[in-house]
Amino acid sequence: MTPALRFLLNGRPVELTEVGASDTLLDFLRIDRRLTGTKEGCAEGDCGACTVLVGRLTDGGLVYEPVNACIRFLASCHGCHVVTVEHLRGPDGGLHPIQAAMVDHHGSQCGFCTPGIVMALYGLWMTNPDAGVAEIEVALQGNICRCTGYEPIIKAALAAGRAGGQAADALAMERELVAAKLRAMRGQRVELSKGAERAIIPADVDDLAAVLEAEPGATIIAGATDVGLWVTKFMRDISPAVFIGHLMKSARVEDGEIRLGAGVTYSEAAALIRDHIPAAYDYWLRIGGWQVRNMGTIGANIANGSPIGDTPPLLITLGARIVLRKGDARREILLEDFFIEYGRQDRAPGEFVEEVIIPTRPQARIAAYKISKRRDSDITAVAAGFCLSVENGIITDARICFGGMAGIPKRATGAEAALTGQPFARDSFEAAARAVAGDFQPLSDWRASADYRRTVAANLFRRFWLEQSEPGLPVRLHKAVGA
Amino acid sequence: MKDETTLRGQAHQDTVHDSAIKHVTGRADYTDDLAEPHGLLHAYLGLSQCAHGRITGMDFSEILAHPGVVGVLTARDIPGVNDVSPNGKNDDPIFAEDVVQFWGQPVFAVIAETRDGARRAAHKARIAYDVLPHALDPIAARDAGMGYVTDPLTLKRGDADAGMAAAPRRIAGRFAIGGQDHFYLEGQIAMAIPGEDEDVTINVSTQHPSEVQHMVAHVLGCRNNAVVVNVRRMGGGFGGKETQMNLFACVAAIAAKRWNRAVKIRPDRDDDMTATGKRHDFVVDYEVGFDDDGRIRAVRGDWYARCGFSADLSGPVTDRALFHCDNAYYYPDVRVSSHPMKTNTVSNTAFRGFGGPQGVIVAERMIEEIAYALGLDPLEVRKRNLYENGQLTPYHQEVNDQILPRIFAELEASSDYHARRQAVLDWNAKGGVIRKGIALTPVKFGISFTATWFNQAGALIHVYNDGSIALNHGGCEMGQGLNTKVAQIVAEAFQCDISNIKITRTTTEKVPNTSATAASSGTDLNGMAALDAAEQIKARLVEFVAERWQQPKEEVRFVPGHVRAGDHLISWNQVIAAAYMARIHLSAAGFYKTPKIHWDRATGRGRPFYYYAYGAAVSEVSVDTLTGEYVIDRTDVIHDVGRSLNPAIDKGQVEGAFVQGAGWLTTEELWWDDKGRLRTHAPSTYKVPLASDRPRVFNVKLADWSEASERTIKRSKAVGEPPFMLGISVFEAINMAVASFNGYREPARLDAPATPERVLMAIEALRK
Repeated sequence: MTPALRFLLNGRPVELTEVGASDTLLDFLRIDRRLTGTKEGCAEGDCGACTVLVGRLTDGGLVYEPVNACIRFLASCHGCHVVTVEHLRGPDGGLHPIQAAMVDHHGSQCGFCTPGIVMALYGLWMTNPDAGVAEIEVALQGNICRCTGYEPIIKAALAAGRAGGQAADALAMERELVAAKLRAMRGQRVELSKGAERAIIPADVDDLAAVLEAEPGATIIAGATDVGLWVTKFMRDISPAVFIGHLMKSARVEDGEIRLGAGVTYSEAAALIRDHIPAAYDYWLRIGGWQVRNMGTIGANIANGSPIGDTPPLLITLGARIVLRKGDARREILLEDFFIEYGRQDRAPGEFVEEVIIPTRPQARIAAYKISKRRDSDITAVAAGFCLSVENGIITDARICFGGMAGIPKRATGAEAALTGQPFARDSFEAAARAVAGDFQPLSDWRASADYRRTVAANLFRRFWLEQSEPGLPVRLHKAVGA
Repeated sequence: MKDETTLRGQAHQDTVHDSAIKHVTGRADYTDDLAEPHGLLHAYLGLSQCAHGRITGMDFSEILAHPGVVGVLTARDIPGVNDVSPNGKNDDPIFAEDVVQFWGQPVFAVIAETRDGARRAAHKARIAYDVLPHALDPIAARDAGMGYVTDPLTLKRGDADAGMAAAPRRIAGRFAIGGQDHFYLEGQIAMAIPGEDEDVTINVSTQHPSEVQHMVAHVLGCRNNAVVVNVRRMGGGFGGKETQMNLFACVAAIAAKRWNRAVKIRPDRDDDMTATGKRHDFVVDYEVGFDDDGRIRAVRGDWYARCGFSADLSGPVTDRALFHCDNAYYYPDVRVSSHPMKTNTVSNTAFRGFGGPQGVIVAERMIEEIAYALGLDPLEVRKRNLYENGQLTPYHQEVNDQILPRIFAELEASSDYHARRQAVLDWNAKGGVIRKGIALTPVKFGISFTATWFNQAGALIHVYNDGSIALNHGGCEMGQGLNTKVAQIVAEAFQCDISNIKITRTTTEKVPNTSATAASSGTDLNGMAALDAAEQIKARLVEFVAERWQQPKEEVRFVPGHVRAGDHLISWNQVIAAAYMARIHLSAAGFYKTPKIHWDRATGRGRPFYYYAYGAAVSEVSVDTLTGEYVIDRTDVIHDVGRSLNPAIDKGQVEGAFVQGAGWLTTEELWWDDKGRLRTHAPSTYKVPLASDRPRVFNVKLADWSEASERTIKRSKAVGEPPFMLGISVFEAINMAVASFNGYREPARLDAPATPERVLMAIEALRK
């Protein structure tokens, strides 16, 4: 095969030989193909108007997930099946059950968000026909509707779930055929260019290592939930870009540790988190919106070095380690040692994060908190991970890490010291709440003032104590409808 | 022979939105989806990087060298007047000339072969400024002597000073109320197509095609008849496309005429939010005098508004804040003044409620002050102060359609308000981390443009000789279901199925001199105009049928799908075919103007509003007192839309407005840095409500017993704006939860929006 980007778009194969590193899927759909059902609302992955489904081959077969076409790079669609709203139809060729329910329940007003909402709900309907209100809300975290107040959309989603029909759905019927076509597209490195821009899609992880040895300055792009914005908002030059979203997808539990390939998305890791670190599951579902969780990877959330990435505070608390690889050489370091200072990480040119190893610590008392202006799909003002070992009423080990409080995700060493060796009692946590003030000098910005960050950080020690000491006590806001 | 055919889409039915199927299939065309003319160019704005400064140099050499760039437009390239002020003040330049007055003000536009090229090139300008001092908020502007952008207003009735002096109790306070970005999902966009002579056609996302037409003519220096403006639908407007699209349409038109090629302009979301106006922020100094029973004796207040650098709609917006400073309550002696302050920020504009919410919420703040001072349930204070029919508003309009007592009674019962309030008090008395609050707040909203001449509308109906109907009117569809409702009115008039009516795009070619689709007035005005057109055609048909079938005119009736003439039952299509052959005129232009209204701004007296729309909501919230986060546990609404033309669509308006109103007062925060740069300019930083933010239990009912007391269109009432203010119930409930920390001795007096940070810091202040 000649080097080309190959994927399926709705019912047809696409083969492109001229593709730039910064070409987005949304522009390809709207400008090149005039598939205008998919809308641009924000071009930063926060409103969901551009939601499409991307089907890709996994160990478990062909999986379709809603993603943001606005920040998804076209080159990352290699070997995938891109499904837009234009492809959606019912078994009789009329409206799909999701579409029919949206019409019946008056789920659209201005209609601009509607195709994106339909696609997100389609993704949910396909995988979770019995979804209740809480799950529907999670599925819609990445979709803004400014008109309806959401009530009719939720009702439509429930009704579509009741209507069923998954087995007769077009994507279900063609699953084997599509999977075979996608399999045929994969296998070798693809290098593409357009003008001065270059995009490289390595064949496998060894190939990635080789590519990065040759191109140590390349932009590494996994889910593009951050790099996408470098292009769409800041118009940065990212060429040459290496697309790795299809690599390092292994996820397993071994010796009490979750071992995640760096390319595992938040969504792919969710079930392991739920089963092995249940205290962090609610937190996990507040990372981005659903579309972002379907794209963003844990390795990139770390490698990106952001002080407000949502996984590092939790993972550092648990004592996670990462494997860095350069060429064939690998080294394993503590995650907390990876972050040196704002904008600087312990990663050499040409080196990449290959694996993340997370101890599950079943005996420990664990909590993960995210505080933001809006509950869902918001960037963290303060994030905190707590992991305490308590023996005979004494805190023997305290690991507490905060995000949003410093230039890097950082442990609260003063507060940890205030707790370690102390009784598991209110006074110890009050002392820690006082001590944490000395651990950080947070900034003020539009997300939160320094005062608020400091106050919340202290209060999270009180929240942790209350939750751990009286599990039945109403301390956190329940979100379930009707609860 | 039977008359009884079931017709779909008649007035008062739950008809689905006319575009619903197109919405869900992605086939509804918005401006950016229209087929692009060959040779289309793209424009992109260059924005100032300075809140206030004198331009000392502009260097576009790097832009002009950028691949695909065709040219740059600045103020010098405008053939007519460099102005898009909607008020004749000529204070709203398209491109800043010598001085920039806010960070993000358009200074130039790049025209290029692609949008990406234009956008990238626009960031390569080198503009030098002599930085001048800036003032961002209205109090700073007042202190800096920035002055007003438009004439202020004072409303007074009775003697507020004497009333205040005589009042047994008085409370004064200051309340800062944040603004709000519209966050229409579809951003600003316009595409201009040049024609022969001076002609130009603009497709634009707008609530006000006629004003686009007038503005484009103004900047091109041509007559209005050279400009055609079209809009089929908007992806949301909310007031943000009442004037704010003018600049974009004008830039596209100037470029289209200059290069004689079609030109499209679409800012990215960040530039859209930076360079276009928003809801006005206000700082309000209020004083209320009252007696020991909680009855208001006197009110004085000063509403300082952040208007931005130009007047735009700030005059009528700040007027409307005063018109609604009473919300639903009678003020025996009152004097309130507006202060439309000039600030170095984007010029603020219309937003659902149009200043009204910033009046209403102050009335509710004063109610809370009184209730806490007297240890009463705020609902009791609300009831004691509700208008009685015959009482006068601060603008001397008599209230005579008061229905809030019945709405209150029904809502108290359906929401189980009293038991739940007691449960909230009991819960808070336990002193836990989670505190609760509950509040029942009303809205009374005046319907009509306060600029009386805007209360007119036109429509154009064609009946084609196959019996199909084309319906056009001056209103614009932005999701509110206007086209559906007007089509229902026409379907009922002709006794035909709604599927027989083609809803066509709004265009200045069909209905001239239209008013903005704004002030909740779309259906009231355009529905009446369309009915007028339909009645004209019907009258001609009646005369024709009477003659042709030899029946007296009073024996001719329109029945489902047919016309009955005595014993004859003739199908609609037959009637039309025969009428055409008989040379009956099957087209009519309809017109409507709202009766009875008048307003004299100089004296502050009149009847600016044809009628009032009413509603009330009870919201209960839970607040996490360790973090300031909150959740709306339950909201119950009863809202008055008169005799609803479409209960499903009206309920959708009520629900959506409520959530948008709650968003305004909770998570939607506009945040400027000290350089005057708005930093919350995209959904990543500006947080509008998501599905999980809506009330956990949300019971919304229309007051289905209500009928407009005036002769409105089929006795319905306007619905777009009034329920927005029901979101205030959430704000008051959060205030109550916070006030539990001082035993409700004083109100929490949160400024808006009540972000988690504001809530927590207020709690922390009370803990100390």
